[in-house]
Amino acid sequence: MRTRLVVLHVLVLTMLVVLAVRLWQVQILRGDEFVHAATETRTRAVVVPAVRGQILDASGRPLVRNRTALVVSVDRTELIRMKDGGAAVLKRLSEVLGSPVKLLERRITPCGPKVTRPCWPGSPYQPIPIDLKATTREALQILERQEEFPGVTAEVQAVREYPGGKAGAQMLGYLQPVTQDELDKREGLKAGFSGVDLVGRDGVEAIYDHYLRGTPGLRRVQVDRMGKALGVEKQVAPIPGDTLITSVDARVQNIVEKAVDGAMKKAPKADGAAGVVLDARTGRVVALASAPGYDPAIWTGGISEKEYQRLLSERAGKPLVSRAIKGEFAPGSTFKVSSVSAMLRAGYPINGTYGCPGSFMVGSRAFNNFRGIGLGSLTLHTALVKSCDTIFYKAAYEQWIKDGGLRPKKPPKERFANMARAFGFGRPTGIDLPGESAGRIPDRTWKKNLWAATSADNCRRARIGYPEVTDRSRAAFLKQLAHENCLEGYLLRPGDAANFSIGQGDVLVTPLQLASAYAALVSDGKLRSPRIGWALVRPGGQVVKRIDVPVRGKLPLSPSERAYIKNALSQVASDGTAAGAFAGFPMDKVKVGGKTGTAEVWGKADTSWFASFAPTSKPRFVVVVMVSQGGMGGSTAAPAVREIYEGIYGLKGQPPAIPDTKLPTIRSDGTVAR
Amino acid sequence: MMDRTLLERRHPFARAVGAQSNVWRIDWVLLVAVAALCVIGTLLVWSSTRTWAAGSTGLVKKHMLNLAIGAVLCGLVTMVDHRLLRAYAPVVYLVTLIGLVLVVTPVGTTVNGSHSWIMLGGGFAIQPSEFAKLGLVLMLAMLLAQPAEGTDRPRVLDVVLSLLSAVVAMGLVMLQPDLGTTLVLAVIIAGALILGGVQKRWILLLAFSVVVAAVAVWLLDLLEPYQVARFTAFIDPGVDPRGVGYNSTQSLIAIGSGELFGKGLFEGGQTTGRFVPEQHTDFIFTVAGEEFGFFGSVTVVVLLGVVLLRGLHIAKQCDDRFGTLVAGSIVCWLGFQSFVNIGMTVGIMPITGLPLPFVSYGGTSTFANLIAVGFLQAIRIREQSF
Repeated sequence: MRTRLVVLHVLVLTMLVVLAVRLWQVQILRGDEFVHAATETRTRAVVVPAVRGQILDASGRPLVRNRTALVVSVDRTELIRMKDGGAAVLKRLSEVLGSPVKLLERRITPCGPKVTRPCWPGSPYQPIPIDLKATTREALQILERQEEFPGVTAEVQAVREYPGGKAGAQMLGYLQPVTQDELDKREGLKAGFSGVDLVGRDGVEAIYDHYLRGTPGLRRVQVDRMGKALGVEKQVAPIPGDTLITSVDARVQNIVEKAVDGAMKKAPKADGAAGVVLDARTGRVVALASAPGYDPAIWTGGISEKEYQRLLSERAGKPLVSRAIKGEFAPGSTFKVSSVSAMLRAGYPINGTYGCPGSFMVGSRAFNNFRGIGLGSLTLHTALVKSCDTIFYKAAYEQWIKDGGLRPKKPPKERFANMARAFGFGRPTGIDLPGESAGRIPDRTWKKNLWAATSADNCRRARIGYPEVTDRSRAAFLKQLAHENCLEGYLLRPGDAANFSIGQGDVLVTPLQLASAYAALVSDGKLRSPRIGWALVRPGGQVVKRIDVPVRGKLPLSPSERAYIKNALSQVASDGTAAGAFAGFPMDKVKVGGKTGTAEVWGKADTSWFASFAPTSKPRFVVVVMVSQGGMGGSTAAPAVREIYEGIYGLKGQPPAIPDTKLPTIRSDGTVAR
Repeated sequence: MMDRTLLERRHPFARAVGAQSNVWRIDWVLLVAVAALCVIGTLLVWSSTRTWAAGSTGLVKKHMLNLAIGAVLCGLVTMVDHRLLRAYAPVVYLVTLIGLVLVVTPVGTTVNGSHSWIMLGGGFAIQPSEFAKLGLVLMLAMLLAQPAEGTDRPRVLDVVLSLLSAVVAMGLVMLQPDLGTTLVLAVIIAGALILGGVQKRWILLLAFSVVVAAVAVWLLDLLEPYQVARFTAFIDPGVDPRGVGYNSTQSLIAIGSGELFGKGLFEGGQTTGRFVPEQHTDFIFTVAGEEFGFFGSVTVVVLLGVVLLRGLHIAKQCDDRFGTLVAGSIVCWLGFQSFVNIGMTVGIMPITGLPLPFVSYGGTSTFANLIAVGFLQAIRIREQSF
């Protein structure tokens, strides 16, 4: 019996040692592992989105602001883990929210090649907002019965609001959920994004996204095994995004939108228009409008497939595309400021007189003045005011011959093309907007490149002709053209050079490029990258960053040469091609200068341009209006420009809308001191 | 004689606890260890139940009441001469058997899938299977204490009777079904037979028959599916971490995250979040692991070890076979139950519903454990009185 007690003794001691060793293993050796596991099971990291910064105009008026909304979101990963794939939860949710289960299912399905909106364009691993307009009642029903709605949350969040409606929609841009791709690519984003976080997809929202977004906070919430929050373990408060103050004036923007819309309505064929107002002294953007427009509010809370397709559709005029920076059009006579400058650099005397016949022979082909009318002997000044073409044809032809004609022996000087480049054409202005177009300068190199790209097709057509074209004479013409292009398409023909000098043919510019060029011409001769953003300001008021307007070039003109051209343009609105549009305009109060442009587009109505500046003595504003298929520059674009000046200077009895030149002060409570 | 007349004049209770009384010869180390376990248990029960409702102290108060009742029972049993118990052992055993029978009749109530309870009203309930352990300990000790003539081995008839009484009790507990308690009863009979000096071949035969029975149970599919599941989950907790493996996984996480010094009383996040099921009863050790860390949980293990070693010491010191057998069986019972309970929380034993002696929340089990301690003390007091 005693020996058996000893056995028991040993057993007990063994047992104690086994337990102690095991505890050592679990708590000391693997302690870290279990601490980690415990933190994972016990806490939920909740990203607290930072409130996105507002976008204000030059006087502190909101262009884009935030409004709070109750947002119901669904965590798809949690639903998938359920036995029925979350069907029961979605069904209950549809009852609460009053929207069909099918719709809810579609809204939480990630977008794919075959999955159309309303699908979820963001990351599938994040809570997906399915209702941005939930009522308090609906939210409470979800929150109070959390056990019936696992994976569903209702929170107060800030959503974007656009007080100006359509005004400046393309310039302001819009927000879309961050995609998984972006999350994967941008390391910093991964930690800093919650499921409802959005990124700026276009406009200044995209360019200044980094500043506007702020830094999201993190709340580590302790939860029990039912997922009920017990308390906050750790909290890092979100840092709200910076406010972007722009140089845009909301009033001027509205005036421009109205003028541009009006111009489009008056021109029966018009299919698009743009209006640009720059501050000539600073190079900042005062207004940037593109028609047709759209209300960016439709992006808030998931856009429907129908609306999305409408935004992209040709029929609706692609309202998403800003014609001011992306639209490329032949500039017509507005381009002559560049051609005059090229002539001066080529040695044509500034005070000389030049013949302006009704037509000029460029090689074997006659190039006519507008309506074939000869204007006799003119100074360059008058040539600009009356918009004579033949003077420029002649100069361009002469320079083309001087460069060596069709087959230059030495490197050509290409005076006209290079002057156009000096005016900033042919490359993006560098404005703080994404997706700007470069335009096109059709010089010898461009011709060669184009020929390299198209000669195969042209040569094939030269061989087989155009059997599908029913008009036989047209088919023959096209075949002849293809034949010529196939053989010598790489050559800059004299006609190309002549057309280029009056902004016709293959030359393309954007309305913003033209405005930027005119701003350089009528101010200090410096070419700038226009800026919409003026300053970034903390919500508390201190200025984080003033956004400078970079200088990107200098016009190769002396001050007196610039003054000469400016003086000539200053007469256009009173005595020249825009005199009709500005009839009765109080030139004694505000003298407006500018240049009309009427660019022919094959198969379409003319592009109507008016590039202007005012006041002529010391220009403050450069206003450019372009109406695609708008007809004559003097009859469609010029009246719209007139309307804009009337609005800015309050010439029609309404209060003037002169933009502020001093940065508005944001008080520490976020309000604007004017 | 002065002393004698003095003693006779005094009240019986005064005599029982007076300066000359045997009571002062109790095993103080055992007392302190048990008391410490009870105090720690109370804190742990408090910690694990305090979040049930805002400022909930209802359960911990009830636990303290249970401990108080248990302490009184323990004290009373201590004062009873254990040789008297020997005379009443069959009665105690029969009473507990009646309890077990009552449980399987409609009088019993099902809690947590086990039909093990008799409701007494007023929120109190008893679990006769806990008392069955006591009854069996006494019954076996009585049967095996009397050696056969001229040997120190029990008589064959007594061994057979012992096996019979154990099988009856185990059978009734199995009907509830309560696998854990059945195993404890099996350990008690095994311990009693070994300590009682049963010949080795008997023991080997018994061991063999247990193996055969186990294989039979397995092959004949007699176990409930959940019991099989628990066993598979024990072999590999990763099989179904949200299902049967959940308990083991969460239990390990809670204990492991305590690391060296623990997170402090009431500071355990896993405990507060109630991630471990049945935490105030079967999984009470996880609270110790998380909130008191390695030091705290080893302290609990050491205190249990002290109780067991003192029990063995008492068994060894006791002059009569009955006392030795009672003390030894109690050590087997408490030792097995402690090992299985802590073992399951740290993942070295399959999950069986056994409370941790002196620490887990419980009424009947607390009473039974403290009464068992009372037995040990009673034996200790009188071990050298002859």
